[in-house]
Amino acid sequence: MNLATNLFHAGAEIFLLTMICFILIADQFIGKTSKMPTYILVHLTLLCCSIVTVATHTPGVAVTFNNMFVDDLMSDVLKLLAYLTVAMMLVYSRAYLVARGLFTSEFMLLALFSLLGMMVMISACNFLTLYLGLELLSLSMYAMVALQRDSAVATESAMKYFILGALASGLLLYGMSMIYGATGTLDVYAVSTSIAKGVYNPQLLAFGLVFIVAGLAFKLGVVPFHMWVPDVYHGAPTAVTMLIGSAPKLAAFAFVMRILAEALQPLQGQWSTMLAILAILSIAIGNLSAIAQTNIKRMFAYSTIAHMGYLCLGVLTGNIEGYSSAMFYVVTYVLMTLGGFGMIMLLSREGFEADNLADYKGLNQRSPWLAFLMLLLMFSMAGVPPTVGFYAKFAVLQSVVQTGHYALAIIAVLFSLIGAFFYLRVVKLMYFDAPESHEPIHYRPDTSLLITFNGLGILFLGLLPGTLMSVCAVSVQQSLLLH
Amino acid sequence: MIFGFPVLSVAIWLPIIFGVLVLATGDDRNAPLARIIALVGAVLGFLVTIPLYTGFDKMTSAMQFVEMKDWIIRYNVHYHLGVDGISMLFILLNSFFTPLVVIAGWEVIEKRVAQYMGAFLIMSGIVNGVFAALDGVLFYVFWEAMLIPMFVIIGVWGGPNRVYAAIKFFLYTLLGSLLMLIALLYLYNQSGGSFEILDFHQVPIPMTAQILIFFAFFMAFAVKVPMFPVHTWLPDAHVEAPTGGSVVLAAIMLKVGAYGFLRFSMPITPDASHALAGFMIGLSLIAVVYIGLVALTQSDMKKLVAYSSISHMGFVTLGFFIFNAYGIEGALIQMISHGFVSGALFLCIGVLYDRMHSRNIADYGGVVNTMPVFAAFFMLFAMANSGLPGTSGFVGEFTVILGAVKANFWYAFAAATTLIFGAAYTLWMYKRVIFGAVANSHVAELTDIGLREKLVLGILALAVLGMGVYPLPFTEIMHASVNDLLVHVARSKL
Repeated sequence: MNLATNLFHAGAEIFLLTMICFILIADQFIGKTSKMPTYILVHLTLLCCSIVTVATHTPGVAVTFNNMFVDDLMSDVLKLLAYLTVAMMLVYSRAYLVARGLFTSEFMLLALFSLLGMMVMISACNFLTLYLGLELLSLSMYAMVALQRDSAVATESAMKYFILGALASGLLLYGMSMIYGATGTLDVYAVSTSIAKGVYNPQLLAFGLVFIVAGLAFKLGVVPFHMWVPDVYHGAPTAVTMLIGSAPKLAAFAFVMRILAEALQPLQGQWSTMLAILAILSIAIGNLSAIAQTNIKRMFAYSTIAHMGYLCLGVLTGNIEGYSSAMFYVVTYVLMTLGGFGMIMLLSREGFEADNLADYKGLNQRSPWLAFLMLLLMFSMAGVPPTVGFYAKFAVLQSVVQTGHYALAIIAVLFSLIGAFFYLRVVKLMYFDAPESHEPIHYRPDTSLLITFNGLGILFLGLLPGTLMSVCAVSVQQSLLLH
Repeated sequence: MIFGFPVLSVAIWLPIIFGVLVLATGDDRNAPLARIIALVGAVLGFLVTIPLYTGFDKMTSAMQFVEMKDWIIRYNVHYHLGVDGISMLFILLNSFFTPLVVIAGWEVIEKRVAQYMGAFLIMSGIVNGVFAALDGVLFYVFWEAMLIPMFVIIGVWGGPNRVYAAIKFFLYTLLGSLLMLIALLYLYNQSGGSFEILDFHQVPIPMTAQILIFFAFFMAFAVKVPMFPVHTWLPDAHVEAPTGGSVVLAAIMLKVGAYGFLRFSMPITPDASHALAGFMIGLSLIAVVYIGLVALTQSDMKKLVAYSSISHMGFVTLGFFIFNAYGIEGALIQMISHGFVSGALFLCIGVLYDRMHSRNIADYGGVVNTMPVFAAFFMLFAMANSGLPGTSGFVGEFTVILGAVKANFWYAFAAATTLIFGAAYTLWMYKRVIFGAVANSHVAELTDIGLREKLVLGILALAVLGMGVYPLPFTEIMHASVNDLLVHVARSKL
């Protein structure tokens, strides 16, 4: 392919990078007194990115830059969702950041850099590009967690995140190098064909696979590689937690798809077993530990661990049904996470974090509407219809049952019953208990509107989940079959 | 559909839309408006279900008023509604109770009126959906969605121990439902990609799988019925729920579980049902006899009626698993009758509780002296609960016993003890509460029921008597469907 086609398919990434550089400079002039112009510029950039992504969409799978980069429907859908997620994160967190003096251009630019990292990861088609994207994402994240320089908790969690994240990257690189040693290539598709042809060193490949799965497990935060998740979620400013908990999971899903479902597809039997163990442990430990939490951010952290376990359940089936159910799961998970953390930020004020469970007592009496939206979010996370969270679990369980893993399905539903308890406890606090504080809630038009949109979206997708399910299925199908 | 008018959809969504409207009236400053909208919605909700009865074809066992639209194309899930002789009466029963519940809570509920009324209306629509759904996923969605409003109703307006009761209720029922979900998914794959319940009825399934599926459904339905030994959530939930919540729980929610046995367990796994009939009958008889004895020892009126409900529902499951037309029809009549009677009894207890704020039998005595009209109504319902001929309670119990005699004399013998125990616990409670000398100054100050309460209890009294004297309008509806079910269940699906 010639240079023009190459650049065309990477249009969104190039545009974003250009805009980041432009905003870096422009902010020196327009952002002196207020950061609002920069903020608006960032939103405009995200909007234009989505236009570029839609405009550069071509049917089928386009592999460019000497098989380093791929542009297919799945990557476009995931990227569009990532833009939406980052934009929602910025809207939710503006007032929160202003109150804490963190509403700076650094925050916004780091968010954009992490977005760029995600986009590279989503479109990567070579182990090197994958790693490049992952590191760009991770380094921006480390910096964002540590953005609150004076806070000891934030610094500690940033340190922890950095050390464990670097370790995970090391594991991943080590695994990649072994795969390179075994197959002689780093190209996702070439690895797959050379394994399928039987041209490889089996021992080396098996070691490589173990390291790769361990590295992935670190990044996803599944048990037993989950230790960093609660601390980072708890320590980081809520706005950053929201970002860590949402959009990167979309990229992580693409990462898992490219490495496991495409490159290492011939070894599916082996990694399925590993994922099954990781998934069950995550679902069990995530749901059980969440019960003991009194801090809602930590509770969400453990709930994320459990959710990632369900994601693994979808992936381990190794067929298109399973992958698309996992994609649907990750999309709905991101929506619910945005809503959950959005609620925390909405209820937080200057000098007050609404991150203790007790802060939700009697919310129904302070604001019936917010309590209702939170009720929807909680039931969705617990997987109770008619919210979208149910269909996510439904699709995953269907693919698990279809491949005959009945025991996995039964264990998963039994632990989701345990999980239902701590989500119910939040509902109980909001509806059944009397409020502790009668501090009026500051409604800001932008966040109130967004949380309404977010909460009702969960209900709407719960009533009519068909379209989103089909979109996920089609995009996974296309990216796996058409190359 | 009837003349292109989607009766079932309206029966489901009209109460839900009114429920949302009621919620939208906001806080308690608009309480009168919320009450009026709720009443209009509930009455309209009942009126729109009447064509289901008048337009019903009694001759066929096929599904009627069918509506079918694509819903989730990817999994071949349809928005498929329809009723037969088994499910139609429950939609009527449910819609009939909604206005009564709204009226019963008219003045009694003072805090967060809009949310209370809204929750009941939304639940009414969802329950109609459970009975009308012919698609496995649609059924499951309604089935689970039902939990949310009930959870809130018990937890917000319930008694002192409401939080414990609400969470216990939710987790107990969720446990059963989740296993049912796995069974539904298995059937989906087994049937080659269809979630239609009627397709499930035709899928051949090996015996081991049938047994496992039977138990998965059993967990879901037995918890809701509730059957011994998974009944322990019911007394807690009943005692803590507000009056309206208890009425809906007893009159409607318990029926959903029993309905599940007829719609899912028996036709989908007929061989397992036959193989495990002894087990089911055993549990049913334990419920009838043992729970009847437990009811005898209760000191709390609501708990007593709750245990009596479990005992009566034991009759229902007994009727199902003796596999003859008397048994199943008797059980269906028993379900409807129990809806009227237990609903009425909980309303009666509610009447007393509103005045005395106690459900303790020992706090009462001699109520007849101050509330003669109420005592008369209560008497009628107490008699119906003990199965007096001429009331609806008799028809169902008698028919089930008749069916049980055909199956095995000793089943009938054990079941018939309920006529003694039922009479004992109900009438003994009645005697202690109503008769005797005025027990204390609070009882002496009681005022008799007003027009609103007379209206609610009067309607139910008519229903109980009418069904007891002339049950034909109910039984003729179910004949065709029940016979068809029996033929179906007799065929092996191995």
